[in-house]
Amino acid sequence: MNAAGRVQTWIDERFDVEEALQPLRDKTVPVHRHSHWYFLGGLTLFLFGVQIATGLLLLLYYRPSASEAYESVQHIMNRVQFGWLVRSIHSWSANLMVFCAFAHMFSVAFARAYRKPRELTWITGVILLFLILGFGFSGYLLPWNTRAYFATKVGTEVAGQVPVIGRAIMIFMRGGEDVTGATLTRFFGLHVVVLPAIAVAMLLSHLLLVQKFGISVPATVENEWQDRPDLRKEMKFFPNFFLRELMAWYIALAVLIALATFLPWETGTKVDPFAPAPPGIKPEWYFLAQFQTLKLIPSHILFVDGEVLGILGFGLGGALWFGLPFIEALLGMRGARLVRLGVTLALTYLAAMSVVGYVAR
Amino acid sequence: MRTLGPRVQLVLLGVTALLLWFSMPRAQAATEPVNVCVDCHARLEGALKLPVEASASSAHGHKGTGCEICHGGNSTDVAHAKSRGSGFRGHIQRKEIPELCGACHADVNRMKQFNPTLRTDQLAQYRTSVHGIKFAHGDPNVAVCTDCHGVHNILTGTDPRSPVHPLNVAATCARCHSDAALMKSYHLAATQVEDYNDSIHHQAMAVRGDLAAPTCSTCHSSHGAAPPGANSIATVCSTCHVLQAQFFKESPHKSAFAEGCTTCHSAHKIHHPDDNFVGLAAGSACADCHTTDDEGGKNATAIHDHLARFEHSVKDAVSLLGTAERAGMDVGEAGFEINQANEALTKARVRVHTARAAQVDAELETGSKAETRARAAGESALKERDRRRKALLVPVGAIAVVVLSLGICIRELERSGAL
Repeated sequence: MNAAGRVQTWIDERFDVEEALQPLRDKTVPVHRHSHWYFLGGLTLFLFGVQIATGLLLLLYYRPSASEAYESVQHIMNRVQFGWLVRSIHSWSANLMVFCAFAHMFSVAFARAYRKPRELTWITGVILLFLILGFGFSGYLLPWNTRAYFATKVGTEVAGQVPVIGRAIMIFMRGGEDVTGATLTRFFGLHVVVLPAIAVAMLLSHLLLVQKFGISVPATVENEWQDRPDLRKEMKFFPNFFLRELMAWYIALAVLIALATFLPWETGTKVDPFAPAPPGIKPEWYFLAQFQTLKLIPSHILFVDGEVLGILGFGLGGALWFGLPFIEALLGMRGARLVRLGVTLALTYLAAMSVVGYVAR
Repeated sequence: MRTLGPRVQLVLLGVTALLLWFSMPRAQAATEPVNVCVDCHARLEGALKLPVEASASSAHGHKGTGCEICHGGNSTDVAHAKSRGSGFRGHIQRKEIPELCGACHADVNRMKQFNPTLRTDQLAQYRTSVHGIKFAHGDPNVAVCTDCHGVHNILTGTDPRSPVHPLNVAATCARCHSDAALMKSYHLAATQVEDYNDSIHHQAMAVRGDLAAPTCSTCHSSHGAAPPGANSIATVCSTCHVLQAQFFKESPHKSAFAEGCTTCHSAHKIHHPDDNFVGLAAGSACADCHTTDDEGGKNATAIHDHLARFEHSVKDAVSLLGTAERAGMDVGEAGFEINQANEALTKARVRVHTARAAQVDAELETGSKAETRARAAGESALKERDRRRKALLVPVGAIAVVVLSLGICIRELERSGAL
């Protein structure tokens, strides 16, 4: 027996790896005309892994203080070997991860994969999406450049508009009345400790639930399969689906490297808290829809502050999104149709507002 | 007799305090000073009513300066308001104005009450001004205090509505100095304000809103208004253009230019000089006196050529860095070099006032080193961009091979039934 075989025997005598891997070997993936949407969850997971790997490398040089943050990012981009590549991949991967997470969520919503017994999978997924947005918001400030500073200023101001507790939230987020070095330090802590800890716990729960309940089949396909059982097709998760997913991950990696090479992430200009906000400043694309809504909303609607009403609207939208499986169940027979209409409207609204926000001066 | 309990006493005390508090504004209103001048003139029409409205919002009105301070009389007693015994003056003669205003504004103790930093030399300055001298000789047409500051509606100079606010000074002076008929009687041109309005100084003041930019009073003084003498022109300009004046004093032009700075730059219609202002090309100041044959002309041509060449090099370097930046390369540090090069160019342009090409070249040399470093940074960034793009082929190629192999592997395994 060779050395590798002896190591495997030694491990098997103490821990039955085969038994641990058996659930994965038994796991199957339904095969139908919408199967390609199943890749999105895995892609999001891969990009999250890229974030952790590149984030750890950036931590070797990044310094989270108002006097050093910008200079340390400049150092990473100009002096550190492949620093530009690592930072650009980290930034591009963050954006692709948000995109994949949104795409995954909407594909799940359209396929109505949140139906019983997968309500908890849906809820952990929505929490993960909000955590990803939290990563985006907190990470955006870390380079300590002008765009990031004013975007954070506007973002925390929006949070400050929440009735009753808004101001306390804003002061807590900023670490004071204004965006300062204190904000940078706490955003850094949030970005590299608090959010990753919660995200990993939530991700494990999400994966465990996916493993427990298996991969959902869209309701339309399921009905077809009930009528014609001969059409039912499945493939093994490991290795058949996993190898395909691996191909998608490699392609995503190539796209990331190409983006980082052709469009390296800019460093911008260092924050000057006394300078006026540059004209036409906008948040990242995934917050554009909300930003544009608040811009378009009238200052007062029936004696209520428009901005406050907008923020309450976002809160209500988020709550409805969380409760999508329960709303469908409550609505009874018409539930599926109404929820599908709601999801379509939500997607159209987010896409249209993002485009308007991008084009608007 | 039953005494009131402590709680009832406390409530009564509170109510009494509240009543007193509410009654206070009425008590104050009752003690407001009576001004019978305002009472009567407010009921009149036209020119006799206007002073009431204008004074109320004026600087004097805000400080509580009553009508009687200028017009005399008794503003508290309607029976004696216009009596001779109360010193009533009524209409104030033009010839009385400077002394009347000076009675307060030249009184240090009086003005100190309002603001200890207020100037009190206006009357003294006025007496030395061309306006003041001519006025003392009985010329009724020259400006007195009210011509510039207004009469009843006098505002502080910091109020944008005031005719002496920096933004309005030129227009105020223009009321007389752009009146060709009036100026003709003094043998003066009436184009100064028109020229000023076409100058870089006016642009800085009116377009950029820089209130520190020069206006008429900056060079001519306000109360002591006088045309600066030929020898003092450089001194007036050097108040702001310190280095230019210093270099000019060291130059051969110092003894040759009878009118100092204005010889090249003119007095009022001062345009922003570009590099073509020096040299012998059409429109240059040097060409007025120098030719290609004299040393001065050769010197001027050399200065022009060196400045133009250096500016062109800096623009090239900026363009190179822009290309690198648009390609996503970080060239922020090279921006400091460009700033240094531009700073050297500015200093070299100031050195033009020495009229010596060697001195201009010395400044340009410092800038040239910075410009070379910036250019090198730009070229290096573009090389790095190309290197990265070429190197990209390696990982992308490797990934393509892996993806292709995975595809083949999956197909073969599924075809053979191994999966």
